[in-house]
Order: sequence, then structure tokens, then C-alpha cells
Amino acid sequence: MAVADDIRASSDTLFEAKRAKRQASMGQYIRWALLFVGGILMVMPIVYMISTSLKWPHEVYNVSLIPNEPHLENYTFVLEDGRFYGWFINSLIIAVITTISNVLFDSLVGYTLCKFRFPGRYIVFIAILSTLMIPTEMLVIPWYLMSQQFGWLDTYWGIMFPGLMTAFGTFLMKQFFETVPDDFIEAARIDGLNELQIWWTVAMPLVKPALAALAIFVFLGNWTAFIWPLIVTNSWDMYTLPVGLSTFADEADVQWELVMTGAAISTIPTLIVFLIFQRFIIRGVVMAGLKG
Amino acid sequence: MNFYRNLSIRQKQIAWAWAFLALPVVFYVVIRFYPTGNAMVISFQDWNLLGDRTWAGWANYEKLWNDPDFWKVFRNTFVYLILGTPISLVISFVVAYHLDKTRFMHGFIRMLYFLPFMTSAVAMAWVWRWFYQPVPIGLFNNFLADFGIPQINFLRSTTNALPSILAPAVWAGLGFQIIIFMAGLRAIPQSYYEAARIDGVSSWSVLFEITIPLLRPTIVFLVVFSSIGFLRIFDQVFNMTTNDPGGPLNSTKPLVLAIYQSAFTDFDMGYAAAQTVVLFLILLMVSLFQLYLLRDR
Repeated sequence: MAVADDIRASSDTLFEAKRAKRQASMGQYIRWALLFVGGILMVMPIVYMISTSLKWPHEVYNVSLIPNEPHLENYTFVLEDGRFYGWFINSLIIAVITTISNVLFDSLVGYTLCKFRFPGRYIVFIAILSTLMIPTEMLVIPWYLMSQQFGWLDTYWGIMFPGLMTAFGTFLMKQFFETVPDDFIEAARIDGLNELQIWWTVAMPLVKPALAALAIFVFLGNWTAFIWPLIVTNSWDMYTLPVGLSTFADEADVQWELVMTGAAISTIPTLIVFLIFQRFIIRGVVMAGLKG
Repeated sequence: MNFYRNLSIRQKQIAWAWAFLALPVVFYVVIRFYPTGNAMVISFQDWNLLGDRTWAGWANYEKLWNDPDFWKVFRNTFVYLILGTPISLVISFVVAYHLDKTRFMHGFIRMLYFLPFMTSAVAMAWVWRWFYQPVPIGLFNNFLADFGIPQINFLRSTTNALPSILAPAVWAGLGFQIIIFMAGLRAIPQSYYEAARIDGVSSWSVLFEITIPLLRPTIVFLVVFSSIGFLRIFDQVFNMTTNDPGGPLNSTKPLVLAIYQSAFTDFDMGYAAAQTVVLFLILLMVSLFQLYLLRDR
């Protein structure tokens, strides 16, 4: 589905009529002002987090938004500690590998379920779909026992194996492959491509927006994942950023400027990515939300 | 290779399909279905991770039923849901409805509302925890002090702690809901509004007779999506109450935190598994309710 890019309200017609009468009504100004103030309030926690991470300890208790003498000492202190580098790298490796795995496997399964006719197709589809109903929290205990048995505790593999494929992604990709005409695939088959080549060179490029939406969701989900990494890791050098931050903040308890710095380090990367690809990400979220 | 050549086109298709599905099917069986069954089996066992696994029959479930702490947790979980879902839906609908009609700096304001969705729940839990500290540390109480309003005890009071923990969860989810609501609003055909205008219908009637009924699928989706989110709340609670998880006096403990503690603090695997089965049944009911509401009529 294409989400209209132009920002035209559903009920514009109503308001055009009114606007014709009194061009800029008071109501419009008030509406805009309230929305703007609300929006500013929404980002305040993020702004305060960043502002406090730039303050000296004695200033933290001051409610002023702008630090008297902004400085990066907190960042150098937290990063010199060394642990945050490791957690950052761990989170990045796990989120990237999981995202690649999901993009490949979810689309391969979605494509197969959408474009092939074979015995067992319906059962496989229903089985995968039904896993959407199983909450992760129910599976963490068996996963933990499994990891213990196979020595996966405290390893990258242990952190990421549960998320390598998702039913949500499979379903999303299946929906999008419906939009790829069967004729394209038939034509490629007649040209002598094998099925793997057809999937990779013909079908995949046609669903790029959906792949991007899936990648964003999976990456963000794994970057912020907390409960499973908390359970499966037990040495600090294997922690992911959220788990590391949680233990770090608990230690640094009273030094709020350091806690805020840690929080900023784990939040700013996703915010930067969002600000660069804003339109694209919002469109992806709508696609994933409405189709998935 | 000769064998492959001799297959008919249809047989080749079947072979390819199963070749593509082989690894994923193994994954879903081993990582999804087997653990589901395993969790149910463990819920009927008595096991502390080190000793022997012994059959316990319904003992874990009886223990749950008779455990006042569990009922407290059960109640808390539903309080998160019953407060969180309506509040977040009403706020996000109001914002989406008005933002939809705003042209000036539309993209910028939308970005402001969406930004919290991109943050990590753990990081924001600590930011909010700092906001909630008593004077002279916490931001909120400092503001109250500046205006001469009495202090509020946010996280250390049994009545205020739960809403205080819920607030960042609601806050972080608003952006997503606003975006989905706006997509839903834009999908309503213009012709309905034109017809209403010609008939001279008031804008309140347009809202309640046209907009909201036509948004039904969007509303059902968001109700279910956010309900499942609030029923599974964990990150915020765990991080905002690290000194006494789920405290004070279990007043903020949700089901997932209780599961975590039974399994990984008390190592009572059977009891924890029984609680996960309860969570599973609750979420199953929510999902079935969604299917019921969205059924074809």
C-alpha cells in the first residue's frame, strides 16, 4: 500500500469551507499552539537527559535546561570506563545479524508461502501464524534451559537465537509478495532462472520498501531488547546496551549525570538514524502496523 | 542431477518449496513449538534447576490460586492495562485528530510526538526515575517546590508508584499510535465529509457519526496492540524499582516480573512456568477477542 505523501487531511473539505469564510480563525491558531506545546513536552524527557549529561555534578539539581558550562567530561568518564564500548559493539552485532537473518528468512518463507503451491502449505502457514499468539515470556524458561544444556549461556548466539526469524516478519512479507505479479515470476522461469534466483533477483527488489520496514522494526526491537539478554548473559562483557545500562545505572545510583550520560549513549544512535530517515521510517511503521 | 531433471514441473516446485522451508520449519519447531510444550510440561513439575524434576500435578496451579502475592500481581497487571490502554488511546486520538488538520510545520510536530517511540525503554525508565526523585534531586518535585506546591512522593508510595511507572510506558507508545491513527483518518474517503458538509452536519456529529465508526478497524488494532504491550510490561518496572523490584510492597509488580523472579531469583521453575501459562491464556483471550471484533460481517 502506498501511504500518501502529501499531507492532506481526511476532513480538509470541511475546513476549506470554513476557511473561505474567515481566513485564519482563532481556533486554528489555538489548535496549532496546543499541539506545538504538547510536542515540546513530549521531547522534554529526551532534552533533559541530554542537557543533564552535559552538566557538572553540582548543577544536576538545577532545573534549568541549559547547562551553565556545558562539557563532555561525563562522556569521557563513562567511555573511559571501557564497558560501554563493549556493550555498544555487542548490541550492534546482535541487532545487525538478527536484522539480516530476519530480512532473508522471513522474506524467503513469506515468498514460498505466497507463490508456491505444494502439499502442506496451509499447515505451515497456520503453524507459523499461530506462534504470534505465544508470548516471549512463556518461552524464556525453556530457552534458558536449552541454552544451559548446549552451553549457549553468555554467548552472542545465545542472545540472538530466539529472534532469528519472526512470524510477524513472515506474515508482513507474505502480504507484500501478493503485490508481485505472477507473470513476472513465470517470465523469469521461462528465461531459465532457478527458483532461488527468481526470489533474489526478481521478487526481492520489488518489495524493497517492505524489507526496509521489516529491517527497521527488527533492528529497533533488538537494540532495545531487555528481558532475554538480561536472562541469558551473566558476565558484563557479554551484556547488551540496555542490560549494561541497567546495571551501570544501579551502581552509579546517586550520580545522576552519569546515569543520564549512559542513557544518552544508548538512545542517541537510534535518534540520529530516525532524524536522517524520518519520512521513510514513519512510512515503514505505518506499513508494518497496518499490514502486520 | 538426473533425478531432478526427470521430475515434472510441479514436482520441482514442491521440491523447491520444501528446500526453502526446511531450515525455517526446523527453527519454528525447535525454538517456538517445542519450548511452548516444554513450558506447559514444566508447569506440572517441581524443579529448582539443580535437583530432580518431579511431577507435581496441579500443585503449582494450586499454589498460584492460594498465593495472595499472585493475586496482587494479577491485579497490578490489569491495572496497567485498564489505566494504560484508554489513556494512551484517548490522548493519541485527540492529537492525531488535530494534527491531521494542521498544515503549518506538520512534519516537525509529528516528529516531536514520534521521537519517544525510538528510545529504549530501559534508558527512559532511568530518566523518568530521576524526574521522580524527591527534592533536591528530582525534576518534578523541584518544579513543585518552585511553585510552592506540596511535594509528591512518586516511587516510594504504594498508591502513586504504579501510575508513575505507567507514565513513561504510555509516553513512549503515543508516537506509534498517533501515526497509525493518522493513517486511518486519511483512509476515510473524502466523499463522506463532502456529503456531511452539504447536509450541514455539525463537526461533533461528523466526528461521532462518521470518523469514529469508520476508524473501527484501526481502533480495534490499537486497543489489542497496546493491551498486549501493557499486559507484558517489564522493562520500566524492573528499572524504576531496582532496589526493591516490583515494590514498594509489591504494589507495582506485574506478571512478567513475578515470572522473572520465580524463575531466576527463586529458581522455582515449575511455579514460574505455571505463571507463564496464565499469561499465555490471558494474551490468547485478548487475541481471540480481536478476531471476534474484526470478523467479517
